[in-house]
Order: sequence, then structure tokens, then C-alpha cells
Amino acid sequence: MSDTQTAPPAVSAVDAPHRELPWRSALRWESGLVIVLIATLIFAGTQSSDFFTQSTMFYIGLNMGEIAIMALPLTLIVMTGEIDLSVASMLGLAGTIMGYLFEHHWNIYLAMAAALVVGAVGGALNGALITRLGLPSIAVTIGTLTLFRGLAEVILGNSTVGGYPLSLTKIGVVPIQGTQISYSVAIFLGLAVICAIVLHATPLGRSIFAIGLQSEAAHFAGIRVGRIKFWLYVLSGVLCALAGILFTLKNASARFDAGTGLELNVVAIVLLGGVSIFGGRGSIVGVVLSVVIVGCLQQALTQMHVDAQVQNIVLGGLLLVSVIVPNGGEAIRRIRARTRRRVPA
Amino acid sequence: MVQLRRVAVLATALTVGLTAACSSTTKKTSDTGSPTATGVKKGLTVYFIPKDTQNPYEVIADNGGKTALEELGGKVVVSSGTADTAAAQIPSIQAAIQAHADAIVIAGNDPSSLCPSLGQAYNAGIKIVSFDSDVQCPNHLFINQADTKQIGTSEVDLLAKQIGSAGDIAILSAAATATNQNSWIGYMKEQLKNYPNMHLVKTVYGNDDPATSLTVLQGLLSAYPNLKGIISPTTVGISTAAQYLSTHKDIAKKVTLTGLGLPSQMKPYIHDGTVKAFELWNPSNLGYLAGYAAAALASGSASLSAGTKFKAGKLGEYTVLPAAGSTGPSVVLGPPTVFDSSNVDQFNF
Repeated sequence: MSDTQTAPPAVSAVDAPHRELPWRSALRWESGLVIVLIATLIFAGTQSSDFFTQSTMFYIGLNMGEIAIMALPLTLIVMTGEIDLSVASMLGLAGTIMGYLFEHHWNIYLAMAAALVVGAVGGALNGALITRLGLPSIAVTIGTLTLFRGLAEVILGNSTVGGYPLSLTKIGVVPIQGTQISYSVAIFLGLAVICAIVLHATPLGRSIFAIGLQSEAAHFAGIRVGRIKFWLYVLSGVLCALAGILFTLKNASARFDAGTGLELNVVAIVLLGGVSIFGGRGSIVGVVLSVVIVGCLQQALTQMHVDAQVQNIVLGGLLLVSVIVPNGGEAIRRIRARTRRRVPA
Repeated sequence: MVQLRRVAVLATALTVGLTAACSSTTKKTSDTGSPTATGVKKGLTVYFIPKDTQNPYEVIADNGGKTALEELGGKVVVSSGTADTAAAQIPSIQAAIQAHADAIVIAGNDPSSLCPSLGQAYNAGIKIVSFDSDVQCPNHLFINQADTKQIGTSEVDLLAKQIGSAGDIAILSAAATATNQNSWIGYMKEQLKNYPNMHLVKTVYGNDDPATSLTVLQGLLSAYPNLKGIISPTTVGISTAAQYLSTHKDIAKKVTLTGLGLPSQMKPYIHDGTVKAFELWNPSNLGYLAGYAAAALASGSASLSAGTKFKAGKLGEYTVLPAAGSTGPSVVLGPPTVFDSSNVDQFNF
């Protein structure tokens, strides 16, 4: 993981004057996150007597695992300057497909594979609409957010499908033997390492940074912008479907409304992780830290019996802060420049 | 050495004596402090996990639970999400496990999704009680708001009282397929045999949709001009019918409306005289009973086996009923509460 912290000066080819900036600001953001994490832990430990117990780590993992998995492909997509708001609906649709096929006597593993295929197709639909037709990703994925959820509702209606093998549904009840790590978190960590290596240590990763900073310049530099974006959406579809499978097994039931509204948590985690909403800046380490912070905070607030409404306020506040702080510096610079201009006059 | 040992023996004796004295005094105070709470431990923590924290009906039920635990010297923690999803309730179950709660009282948003987490809680020694909306998991007690038969029978009785036990009546129900409504209607027909002068002329279905309910109601009123009474065992049906009758006073004079309604929705029609009385179970008592049941289970003074009796404060004694069909062991709250001009303002659900 150590080499993931050093985001390469990815933009050298594209944006020479700002060569150092993304690297330094990313590092600064992550140090900030470490401080926030320590503060969260101190807050949680002092405010809730149950926080530093063994099961806390397992429960945080259980509650955050699927969200964290969906945050990884979204990180890459946001790095290219795009967005995917259909993630939670894809989670619901994949779980629905899996449940529906299982109910119709499919083998459980075949049903899972079908769910992953549906994820890939859904992701490809997003990708094609955005890259081939050049439609704005926010509009396309709001559309598929509704579309995927609607399909799920048509397929399962108001029914709940259960009865999965206990050997699989145990992932919602027990951690990996001998640890306090939930299965979903183990999968997340594995995927995070892969994403970090790809993003921070391969030409593909450098291309993603370049696309986010200057899409047109990247195109003229020979980077196949459309193709990379397309496959990132396919990846997002597949990983959200995987999250849907885990979510279904965890709850031992499939429903069309599984994970409704989770897209906001996923976006919040990515932005809090220091990924710029305008693209071109961010790191996987930041996103991992952000997952841990949000997980600890929610767990502590639940243990303290803080109302769910108030928890939403905290999450919304974090989202705002994570957008304001990195862009606030730019705003202050602009205001200062304006006053400086005024002073001599 | 001998002296030392003597001191040790003395100390042990003192400790044992003191402990015994202490435990006997706590027992005594709990006995005298709340005579209805025999056999219930003090200082119990019960987690109430409603469908969501905003639903006014559930808030009243949770407050009923709080009252129960206050009477028993314990406390209630209310914890849930803002959306009516099972996933939003799971962190609350986890919090209850981590806090070593004595019991969980839950209104399930989903019959099966909560079972893995509730199973975990059960394995951790937490007693599980469900209310309002049952879950289909093993090892829990369901607090049933009202017995199916009681609802059907009492609605006929309520109407009979108002129309002098004579005349043509009709039923305005929800969907033709609704299980609970249909079983209530079945018992209504049974009970009508005791009123030879009352005749059920038709049952119409408004699908719990105000517009449909209104259409079928108008059809009913024009087809049976001599109709004396309507029973609507659904909150949508009764409120739609009440609204129609309140704007058609000539019809309201001839037709008596009753059924299952929400006091908050029915208040104006009680006050303007359109409706004399309707009924529903009291959610506050439902939560109160759930609180007592949870405390009794957690203290070991009640169990899930059929025939077990426990005391529920002001509500009296209750008996655990055997499992039947998809419902596990359960307790029935009792006859529904009748709301009229004397008490309708006291309820805001």
C-alpha cells in the first residue's frame, strides 16, 4: 500500500505549469483525513462506551462494505470528470435479478453470474450513452437510476425472495474466521489495492488523471478518452452488481428497493476522500480513509442513540465540507486577487 | 496466622451477609414499589426499533413502551432509520447487541431480511419481541394489535348499537384480495347472524384508493337508497366515505358510518356529527404491552411457550398463545379502542 500514497505527477504531459500541484494537494488532503480520523476515534471512544469493543470493527465493515466497493469505480469515474449516480439502483437491480433467478430454481452461482452480466450490460448502457452519444453523465445516470430501480420493481414487485444457502448468507452474520473483518470489507480491500496500483502506477492510471484535467488535451495526446470512460462505466456496473449480490446475501433476502438512496453515501465518501468533483485529482488511499471515517462516525452516532435524521445532517455536512475546503482555497485566492487589485486604485 | 484466618472468615461472612441483605432489600423494594411487576428485574434496557423514527403512529407506540419500562424501573432506547427499510434497522439491532440490551422490541420493515441480525441478537441472549408488523424469524414473541375475530365482531356490534340493530347495511372494504380485511368480513358475517333484523346487502371494494372508494360508495348509495349503515374496515375507505357524507348531509342523516379509522383523519367528521363512533387498536397500549412482555421475557418470568402468563401493568394479565400458521407465539392486545367525541381529541396518530 505504501507506493499508493505517492500519486505520480500524472499530468506532466498535459499541464506542465501545474506539475506539482495535484500530488501535493492530494497528500495534504490525506494528512487532513488522518487527523479527522483520529479526531473521530477520540470522539467515538469518549462518547460511546461500546465503541472500542471487538464487534465494532465487524459491524462497521458489515454496514460499509457494499458502499465502499461501489465507491472504488466511482472514484475512477469522478477522476475523469464524470459521475455515476445509478450505482445504488444497479445494486438493487443485481440483487433482484439474482433473487428472481434463484426463486426460479437457478443454481445460486449461476444466478450470481447472471447478476454480474446484468451489471456489465447496465454499465455499458451508461457508458455508451455518455461516450458514443456525448450526453452529460449526470443526466444519463439520473435516468438509469430511475430505470434500473423501475426494472427491479417490475421483476420482483412487492415480494421478498429468501432461502439462500446458509453457507452464503453467513457473510451477514459472522466475520472471516479468526478476525473481525467482514467478507465484504475483505473484497473491498483487495479491490482497493488493485485500483490503487492501476490508478497510481500504470499508464492507464495516468491517462485517467489526464482525462480529468483536460479531456481534449488528453485526446490530442493520443489517449483514447471515450474507450477508457466506457470501460470505467462497465467496471462500475459489474462492481455495483457484486455489491448487490453481497447486500442480498447479507440480508438473506432480495427486494427491489434494496439500497435505495445509497448513491448519496457513495458520492459523499468519494468526495470526502479528496477526489475532485471536477476530475483530475484524488487518490484511492483518500477514499479508503474516507470509508473508515464515515463508518466509525455512523457507528458511534448509532451507539450514542443519535437520531437517524441527525446522522443524515452529519453526512450532508461532511459532503459540503469536502466540496468547499478544496475549492475554497481557490475562491479565497480569487477574492484576495480582487482586493489586491482594488487597493492600489 | 489464626487471627488472620479469623479475620478472613469474618470478612467473608460479612460479605455474604451483606450481599444477602442487599439482594433481599432490592427484592422487597421491587415488590412494594410496583406491585404489578412481580418477577421483573429492575434496570432492564429495552431497545424499541420502530419502522422509522418519524411515523406518528410508531412514536405513540414507542412512548407507550417508555411508560411501561419506567413503571418497571428500566429504560427504553428508541433507535431506527429515517426510511422504512430493513437495512436501516440493522445498525440499530447491532447497537442493541453491543450495548448488551436485555430485549429488542421491533416493528419489522420486512418479514425476513432482519432474521440474520435478530438471530445474532438472540444468540447474544437478547429477547426478541415484535409488534405492529411481525417478522418471520424463530424465537420471538409477536404482540398482535387485535384478534381478527374481535375486530370483525366488534365492528358489527358498534354499528348495531347505532342503528338499533335493524336495517340494510353494506361493507366498503379495501382490495378484494386483502387477507386481513377478508378475514374480518368473514367474522362480521358470523356476528350478523346474531342480529336477525340487520341485512348485509353488498360488499364493495375501494382498493384503499380514495378515488375508487368514492366511486364504489356513490354506486352503493344509489343502488340501495334504504341503506342504514356502512362498515369500512380500512382507514382509506372510512375517511373517504366520511368526507363524502359530511358534504351530503341529507344522505348522512340516513346512513351511519363506522369502521377502522385513524383519529387524526376522523376528528373533523366526529366533531361535525357525520360519524358517531369508529374503532382502532390503541398504539400507546400496544407499545406498553410490548414493553411489559419484553421485560417479562428478559427477567425469565415469562417464556415463549403457550399458556405462559405475565402481568402487563394497567392492562392486566396476558397469556401467550400457541403458534398458528405463519405466526409464532403471540399475545393479543385485546378488543379495539372505540373512538367518539369524548376521546378522539386525545389521540394524534
